[in-house]
Amino acid sequence: MNPVYVEGIGLFAPGLVGWEQGATVLAGRAPYAPASLPKLVPALLAPDVRRRTTDHIRLAVEVAGEAVRHAQCDAATLASVFASSESDGAITHNICEEVARPHPEVSPTRFHNSVNNAPAGYWCMAVGSQQPSSSVAAFDGTFAAGLLEACAQVLTEHLSVILVAHDTPLPEPLNSARPMGASFGVALVLTAEPTARSLARLRLTLPAEESQESVLSDSALEALRRANPVARSLPLLAALARQQHTHIALPYVGGQNLGVTLEPMP
Amino acid sequence: MTPLVLTTFSAVNSLGYGVEAVHAALIARRSGLTPCTFEQVQLETYAGEVAGLDALPVVPELVEFDCRNNRLAQAALRQDGFEQQVAAARARYGAQRIAVIVGTSTSGILETEHAYQQRDAASGRLPADYHFATTHNLYASAEFTRRYLKLEGPTLMVSTACSSSAKVFASAWRMLSLNLCNAVVVGGVDSLCRNTLYGFSSLDLVGREPCRPCDAGRGGISIGEAAGYALLEWPQRAAKHSGVALLGYGESSDAYHMSTPQPEGRGAALSMQRALDCAGLSPADIDYINMHGTASLVNDSMEDKAITTVFGTHTACSSTKGWTGHALGAAGITEAVISALCIQHGFMPGCLNARSIDPAFTSEVLLDHRAATVQRVLSNSFGFGGSNCSLIFGAVA
Repeated sequence: MNPVYVEGIGLFAPGLVGWEQGATVLAGRAPYAPASLPKLVPALLAPDVRRRTTDHIRLAVEVAGEAVRHAQCDAATLASVFASSESDGAITHNICEEVARPHPEVSPTRFHNSVNNAPAGYWCMAVGSQQPSSSVAAFDGTFAAGLLEACAQVLTEHLSVILVAHDTPLPEPLNSARPMGASFGVALVLTAEPTARSLARLRLTLPAEESQESVLSDSALEALRRANPVARSLPLLAALARQQHTHIALPYVGGQNLGVTLEPMP
Repeated sequence: MTPLVLTTFSAVNSLGYGVEAVHAALIARRSGLTPCTFEQVQLETYAGEVAGLDALPVVPELVEFDCRNNRLAQAALRQDGFEQQVAAARARYGAQRIAVIVGTSTSGILETEHAYQQRDAASGRLPADYHFATTHNLYASAEFTRRYLKLEGPTLMVSTACSSSAKVFASAWRMLSLNLCNAVVVGGVDSLCRNTLYGFSSLDLVGREPCRPCDAGRGGISIGEAAGYALLEWPQRAAKHSGVALLGYGESSDAYHMSTPQPEGRGAALSMQRALDCAGLSPADIDYINMHGTASLVNDSMEDKAITTVFGTHTACSSTKGWTGHALGAAGITEAVISALCIQHGFMPGCLNARSIDPAFTSEVLLDHRAATVQRVLSNSFGFGGSNCSLIFGAVA
């Protein structure tokens, strides 16, 4: 596969609040100190729209907005790929509780927010984008699957693409069935041609030569990596933060890994 | 774009098991919609329910995947010689060189609905035999498909509401173009559940009678369930094929509203125009348009405007949801199969259940079947969140 270029990054996770602070930690220049996340109030969502959204949707819009600001590009021109393993657990829980009653009364807003592409819909409305948008899932391989689909769009559709990967813990009793220890959101703006702003060149290999997925040496960050399907992106984000030529293996599907060779751009 | 042939395809929906059952019902103008009695749902509506799934458990080696959604998927994999054709492709290319891309909206959420009905009163816990990852998780039926077919290539679940299993064709073309595989199994599956029946009702989108697409008095959608698959390959590599090819696709976003399409159909028109551009075709090259045509007031009206914008007023179009109901995440693959049948058998279906076309419509909506050579069909799928996809299928020269 031809390379793609990273133009901007957004990040929001416990102890990694925004790319600037997160990169400092991931590059090893500051200790990792997980803390509970502040309430998100994405500026891209008007107050009346924001009231109708959920934490899951706000997380996606927050990291996507940060990545676009970082890339200094026009968000409306970007195609988008949203990747989430579990979609909106709070809504799933709420509607499943409601329809277990004999005479259910489902909230219309909650129902239209229940579609897996709701974050994509709010994003496209917020930035006025009519570009293609997809929403994908692949269980614990969700980040790698999203990255592959985003790169495929960059390379075949000749569009710049924003990849937005995000997962939030499901409420109980669903969290016992699919445990997730933390929220994690990451966004990457990807292009086919390098620019003056390019942060790194990525080359994907499927399947990766490595049979073992990349891990992190810091035990708390490694715990975060394992706590959320989208946090499986952390070895790639750490390589971006360190600006080092690195080869990474990201867990994909069927026991395979997706190989990513990262070369920093001067 | 370089076309892809549909080596073979399969379908299961309320019209029956297999494409011959679907074809026969289309020709006979026999609807699959019946009064909704699913799961004691207290709604006065019609639904497109697939009969017989209770007696068709998934194969014993995949027992943890057993649920209505995967039963429906398995039923479609077993029709029309589909799994045999995939096995032949696997022998030719190798399991690692065949990708699986499936679309769904609600996956096996019915399992979670059942589990919530059986929660432990004291602890709130779900029953011990509840398997989330292999039934309700969005990816479950993609993983089920890859394991059932013994494939090891790239695998993806696309979940963009009602455009899901149309967009799988676009992702398949991209994967093939990057030489990540030699063939792709694309498909879609969505099964009835209380979530969608009560959810669409909460939005006042569900009709009381069998849905009447494009009718002046249309009263809303009928929800259906369905599964379908197609095997896609480059024409020069396919040993034999169905005579139908994917010629182009177009994807767009409305950026307008979460559950209401842009009333002038701007996003829909953009997706159709992009499909034409992708295929290198002009509007006059399209013989028939299989509309999204849900029979909701706003969808059919905006789609008529979008078709008129792109095609003018003389391209034959209709919706086949009067037969199948709206199969949501499986609508794209269901109507891709119907589009292929129109090309293979030379007919254009007239809207079923509709009595008179909405007088405000300006496109050429068919009420009756038309027998004609059909070289190229455009099929529309539009979803909540403003997710639009148009596909163009054509006879292989």
